Amino acid sequence: MAAKPRVATCSLTGCFGCHMSLLDIDERIIDLIGLVDFDKSPIDDIKSFTGPVDVGIIEGGVSNDENVEVLRSFREHCGVLVAVGECALTGGVPSMRNLVPLKECLEEAYLKGPTLVGGAIPNDPEIPLLLDRVYPCHEVVRIDYMLPGCPPSADVLWTALAALLKGEEPKLGYELIKYD
Amino acid sequence: MKKFTFVLNGRDVEALEGQSILEAADGAGVYIPRLCYHKDLLPGGHCRVCSVKVNGKVANACTMPAADWMVVDTDTEELNEYRRLIIELLFVEGNHFCPICEKSGDCELQALAYKFGMTAPLWPTLSKNPPVDASHPDVFIDRNRCVLCGRCVRASRERDGKSVFGLEGRGIRTRIALDSLDGLGMTALGRNDAAATICPTGSLVLKRVGFTTPYGARAYDKAPIGSEIEKKEE
Repeated sequence: MAAKPRVATCSLTGCFGCHMSLLDIDERIIDLIGLVDFDKSPIDDIKSFTGPVDVGIIEGGVSNDENVEVLRSFREHCGVLVAVGECALTGGVPSMRNLVPLKECLEEAYLKGPTLVGGAIPNDPEIPLLLDRVYPCHEVVRIDYMLPGCPPSADVLWTALAALLKGEEPKLGYELIKYD
Repeated sequence: MKKFTFVLNGRDVEALEGQSILEAADGAGVYIPRLCYHKDLLPGGHCRVCSVKVNGKVANACTMPAADWMVVDTDTEELNEYRRLIIELLFVEGNHFCPICEKSGDCELQALAYKFGMTAPLWPTLSKNPPVDASHPDVFIDRNRCVLCGRCVRASRERDGKSVFGLEGRGIRTRIALDSLDGLGMTALGRNDAAATICPTGSLVLKRVGFTTPYGARAYDKAPIGSEIEKKEE
């Protein structure tokens, strides 16, 4: 028997809603587990790639240097890279900060907040550095397919994943393309 | 009124003298995508989404009167590619955060993007950041979501007799202006004005009515924009 296709997932600057939506495929999740093996993913808590992966699923936009590193490593390891959800596709809700300069954002949050006493902008080297703005994934690496939605419904994820595992292009009907 | 026929997508259709191509097509059950056009207003010809081919040349269906010598194509791959591009560019010119917008599901810009199968706009965003004006008790204007269709301008002038709105500036700096420098609250705009609810996007919105329609029951959740016009034919 040929080895099962390997799938990796990650959440960059998102809310994990897209991962929740994946769990929302109900009993089809049993089929899914029969069809694929999960590599690096919060679902099985594997922290780093064990080898090449067939399908990579990216949730969330790119807001800091760690996001860039993770996204680039997904591009390197995954044959097909799928951006999932509004944050990955457009920056989404986190990218509302793009309308305010980063310095002002940080000052408002850590120095000027009405409940703050003696605030300071965090600068621990362990904390990923924020980028000037939140970028959609396709502005950082090549993305093969995009699944819109906030989050994409379980049917969107299932339809697309089922097609990809058969080596077909995911085709979404009218009711499956939604931006909210 | 005099009746005549012209060729629309390869078949003869009837039109009345004085009708635009778009009106004649609507009557024949052929939906031509449109954004700035509204049936209750004079056509503006701003958005170019309704561009069609008239005897091989691109023309605005909403402003071009139909004529008996015309051979019109409305639904070619080339035209739909133009339309998709216009919609995509409108998305990146403004700040359209669909997940948090009260117009989502009822938005005509979004509905057109759905119709043309846009998954996400691929152009870099322009990152303009115009402030929201919420000074009016019943209506707010958020120019982040404005597509400069001019519907509010025409509705206020033609339907409400007020001219609260206007277009000012040129090119990329064009924006909706008000007839008061002290904000929307100081204009004569009323809650029941045609201009207050005619916006195709979430740019000009009534307060305290957002998010009342559940997901799945909104205008464009199930069927694409224009379905009601195409249905008439059957």
